[in-house]
Amino acid sequence: MDELIASVVRGLGIGSTYALLGVGFVIIYRATKVINFAQPALMILGGYFTSLFATRAGLPFPVAVVAAMVAVAAIGALCERVALRPMVGEPPFAAAMVTVGVFIVLLIVAFRLIGTQVLTVGDPWGLSRTSVLGVSVAQVDIAKIVISLVAIGVIGVFLARSRLGLAMRATALDQEVALAQGVDVGRIFGLSWAIAGALAALAGMLIGTASGGIEATTALVALKALPVIILGGLDSIKGSVYAGLLIGVAESLTRTYQPEHAPFLGANFDVVVPYVIMMAVLMVRPYGLFGTPEVQRV
Amino acid sequence: MLAVENLEVVYEDVVLVLKGVTLEVPRGEVVALLGANGAGKTTLLRALTGLLGVHRGSITKGSVTLDGAAIDHLDAPHIVAAGIGQVMEGRRIFAEFTVEENLRIGAHTAGRAAVQSGLDRAYMLFPALANRRTQLAGYLSGGEQQMLAIGRALMTEPAYLLLDEPSLGLAPLMVRRIRDLIGEINLQGTSILLVEQNAAMALSVASHGYVLETGKIVMDKPAAVLREDEDIREFYLGLRDEGAASFRAVKHYKRRKRWLS
Repeated sequence: MDELIASVVRGLGIGSTYALLGVGFVIIYRATKVINFAQPALMILGGYFTSLFATRAGLPFPVAVVAAMVAVAAIGALCERVALRPMVGEPPFAAAMVTVGVFIVLLIVAFRLIGTQVLTVGDPWGLSRTSVLGVSVAQVDIAKIVISLVAIGVIGVFLARSRLGLAMRATALDQEVALAQGVDVGRIFGLSWAIAGALAALAGMLIGTASGGIEATTALVALKALPVIILGGLDSIKGSVYAGLLIGVAESLTRTYQPEHAPFLGANFDVVVPYVIMMAVLMVRPYGLFGTPEVQRV
Repeated sequence: MLAVENLEVVYEDVVLVLKGVTLEVPRGEVVALLGANGAGKTTLLRALTGLLGVHRGSITKGSVTLDGAAIDHLDAPHIVAAGIGQVMEGRRIFAEFTVEENLRIGAHTAGRAAVQSGLDRAYMLFPALANRRTQLAGYLSGGEQQMLAIGRALMTEPAYLLLDEPSLGLAPLMVRRIRDLIGEINLQGTSILLVEQNAAMALSVASHGYVLETGKIVMDKPAAVLREDEDIREFYLGLRDEGAASFRAVKHYKRRKRWLS
């Protein structure tokens, strides 16, 4: 039983970082109809900047995290302005290819910056554990869950309540009408990239905590956000959260129980699980669990 | 005064849609712009509101001025901020937003304080919307959606309101309500450019009328004169003096429009 709970908590922890990455994808997709393949590179840069600010510049950890988020948000907005603004009006597929190019450029930059080292982000949780309902769980997992859900909640409230959030949603629905209402659509695109960048930076920091550390190849972890957004629905933030947590838990449970109960699947099968889930979802419900139903008067 | 002078608009660098249009909307008046499908009415509105770029069109000649200042180089957000509101053809409300969210997005360029006063004004003008403020706009009736679109355009308290076919797809009773509302909005101090195919409705509320055909203004007269004009009566109002003509006669005899000869 304890093993099960510990495993679930660990899954929720890693799953909440997937959710953060997924929400970044969703925000850009909703505003611009483009899937942003550069998200993993933004994440790795987020981890790098957190490490830079916290361990080398010696800033207090929360300040370093916020500074890294701001830095990556600026990088995201810059990428949008330079590489994607000229693609407005072009087919989304072409724009998505441009994001692949941005991904490669940013990844090379990250490889240059990080090299072969394994960076620590200087988080305060380390390997210490705490007891929840009598079960010992890692503090860092609790921190991941709380920080991710709070960040996503803040974004949700921002979208639902604020003037800019409303403008972002309007842009997602109909760009021409949004323009006619006086919304500066280009600025909204930049803003959505900035938000996605900030969330990716936060995810990068969380993935680099505790025993993890940040290497240049950690960027591949962020690819697990693809099964997350496909499971949750490309345009649903709520879907990203549920799907992220689900996939995290599925992965963690597989890691705990598969070697014992299904050893014929081989080692590290948990790495494959998110993609297996993705394929199953694509066959049964290609629009994901939470795709927005279209409102139609009949 | 909102003035358009010798305006030429080209789509995709080749399709010449407006061929030297000149038109004026004086302050405090309702001006009607009549024309059949494809005449260039919507293109003219896009030129006025900075939305040509979205459709790969551009102004190649002429000018658009608002109270003497050129606005043809401005983008859509700046034109809205300058005081020109518009209701697009086919209503184009945000179906997935609630009624109140639709109105709020209309006030995007206005300040925070303007939102509440704008909402109050919209609900006063359109009481039907007040009861449904939390409902999704997609579920409103066609007439209510049109009112919502007008209310949304009024949120910034524009000096000029451009209406593109507000009677489109509405029942005659609802068309009359919309017409009365246009008169009321005008009385409250908003100048209106009313683009319509429903000439009877447009000329009954406007003080001046223009007729646009294949990109050119072919008539420019006070609404009262247009209402009595023989050609307008026949081609736009569907009336003819000799009463119901037999369909056989129609086959043989097609009257030419005099202004084109």
